[in-house]
Amino acid sequence: MKCDIVLAGVGGQGILSIATVLGFAALENNLYLKQAETHGMSQRGGAVQSYLRLSDQPVYSDLIPYGKADLILSVEPMESLRYLPYLSPEGYVVTNTTPFINIVNYPDIKRIMEEIELLPRAVAIDAEAIAREIGNTKASNMVMLGAATPFIDIALESIENGIREIFGRKGDTLVNINLRALHAGREFSEANR
Amino acid sequence: MTKKLLLGVEAIGQGAIDGGISGVYAYPGTPSTEITEYIQGNEVAIARNLHREWSANEKTALESALGMSYAGKRSIVCMKHVGLNVAADPFINGAMTGINGGLIVAVADDPSMHSSQNEQDSRFYGKFAMIPVLEPSNQQEAYDMTRSGFELSEKLGTPVLLRITTRLAHSRAGVIPVENAAPENNLSLPSDPFQFVLLPAFARKRYQQLLDKQSLFEQASEESSFNRFTDGEDHSLGIICCGISLNYLMENYPDGCPYPVLEITQYPLPSKMVKKLEEMVDKIVVIEEGYPIVEEQLKGFFGYGKVVSGKLDGTLPRTGELNPDIVAKALNIKSYIGDAIPELVSNRPPALCKGCGHHDLFRALDEVTLDYGNGHVFSDIGCYTLGILPPYHSGFTCVDMGSSVTMAKGAADAGLFPAVAVIGDSTFTHSGITGLLDAVYEKSNIVIMIGDNESTSMTGGQDSSAFGRIESICAGAGVDPAHIHVIEALPKNHEKLVKLIRNEIAYTGVSVIIPRRECIQKSARRASENKKQIIIK
Repeated sequence: MKCDIVLAGVGGQGILSIATVLGFAALENNLYLKQAETHGMSQRGGAVQSYLRLSDQPVYSDLIPYGKADLILSVEPMESLRYLPYLSPEGYVVTNTTPFINIVNYPDIKRIMEEIELLPRAVAIDAEAIAREIGNTKASNMVMLGAATPFIDIALESIENGIREIFGRKGDTLVNINLRALHAGREFSEANR
Repeated sequence: MTKKLLLGVEAIGQGAIDGGISGVYAYPGTPSTEITEYIQGNEVAIARNLHREWSANEKTALESALGMSYAGKRSIVCMKHVGLNVAADPFINGAMTGINGGLIVAVADDPSMHSSQNEQDSRFYGKFAMIPVLEPSNQQEAYDMTRSGFELSEKLGTPVLLRITTRLAHSRAGVIPVENAAPENNLSLPSDPFQFVLLPAFARKRYQQLLDKQSLFEQASEESSFNRFTDGEDHSLGIICCGISLNYLMENYPDGCPYPVLEITQYPLPSKMVKKLEEMVDKIVVIEEGYPIVEEQLKGFFGYGKVVSGKLDGTLPRTGELNPDIVAKALNIKSYIGDAIPELVSNRPPALCKGCGHHDLFRALDEVTLDYGNGHVFSDIGCYTLGILPPYHSGFTCVDMGSSVTMAKGAADAGLFPAVAVIGDSTFTHSGITGLLDAVYEKSNIVIMIGDNESTSMTGGQDSSAFGRIESICAGAGVDPAHIHVIEALPKNHEKLVKLIRNEIAYTGVSVIIPRRECIQKSARRASENKKQIIIK
């Protein structure tokens, strides 16, 4: 098993919560893992990425080489395109459709969606809308994680345990909302892949 | 022994605790900050009440750590690479005095300048000070080398430099720590009462001792289990990998590297190991992150000997951090690159947070200074450096911590009018106060804007040691209290702030204006922590 994931987003969107849940799931399965993050200046609304590498063999590089990512998981549509050089020929792109517009020259969202539709293997999901239906827009990152789970070879149960572990101290309500978000994302992805 | 998922910096923090430190001293700086934060939040560190407060700057931090070492206890001091410039004086002289309790100077370099002004290589400082340098290649080694580094320091009687770079600092991996932290050292004074006295007569002796120890330091590198040689079947090339670069090499050879590889993670260079490699191969490539320091040492000045390639001959790029693709190219390994980034993707540079008080400072300052044209505002290191970028024009310099005050002073000395410095509260505390003393003494015609967000924000909202005392420090430094103004940084105070800046520009002498409002990230974090506490109660 080997899964190299580029997690993409904008500083402040909380992509690291996704990485933390997956990291827990990987440890539970005794997988090797390396996860490089962005700290410092870029966290102030800049483009941020995390390289998450899971494998049953030792992982050497903290960075994913070009053309080797199995998955680009982006919580923002334009950011999903920024890491295409990393995507393997068989890789998937799973992206949120809600733009995060904090720059004046943000391109026309229609053109971004056209670029995403051109990709051979992409799932575009309105994570905010799904999270809102569930009752908490803050759960949108777990919707995104759910949408990515069909492309990550880790038992769903372990990922659920990761959510229980990470959100457990914040109470059962939040755990359940995030679990529902995970499942809703997964269902959407399986219906639209 | 349970595996913990730790960032490289956290692994260093855990290694320091398990190595028996009595204190950590540091000034925050990306990518080093979380070493200290990890220790601050660690249960053992709290139970033992290890020293873990932030210092005013890297120099005070290193001197305090040296003081703890003088008293016989183990300590670690942490900083980013440019912080070591600030701490260079005690760093170089600490190598002269040597240590009593074990001392590790942990420095995180930032090649590619993700969050820094330069990409200087701290290994040069290690060589300059003539002390051993450790450069772990992964998170487990970062832990192991830190933990055992205190023993090494005590065995050799010297501070040890621990050097990492951004990727190792901010990448997580499973780390297996030991069961129990080593006990702290007992309080004990140096056996030689003059060890730490660098008066010329004593200093000459200490310097000779430091020189005499060089062979011991090299022997330690030769014997270190962290420096490893792995043979390969193809001796047409030998590879020397320093620190993290080993991972990028092995990424390209998952089934094993066909060439002999020498991993260097402890310096000074083990010359016997290097010589052994040189004898068996036709040529050598050196893969190191940062400056070509090993390559320069091995390259023949007159062009004799075997070919050594690396950054100096363009085999590897001279600038920026390494990655698997760069290393692949250097070894003529073909790699596949995915689709190009579509043209419509625009850059997304960092920006001030919505609602940040610095917006209010820059809106007002721009309104006043644009009348004078470009070039009148001197900025500094922090979130507010972003005021240099659109939509604002508040800043034409950003050089080093505290330089806003002193460069504004120098420009005013040269006749520039107006000269306005913009500096944050923590940067002012770090290195602005001494510059202010110069300006007051000479009655320099400058306006200093201290954007006080009551926090060291760029690095995550650490407390600053001058919290709540900025205006009294300015008054104490001799600024006329009539020209020290504190104003709440809020949109409703815009006109008032504009008027204040105009008035103080008109005043000939040193003025200080302090627009103050807590960092909104910090207030948000506190609000959420309070909420959590209420739930727990």
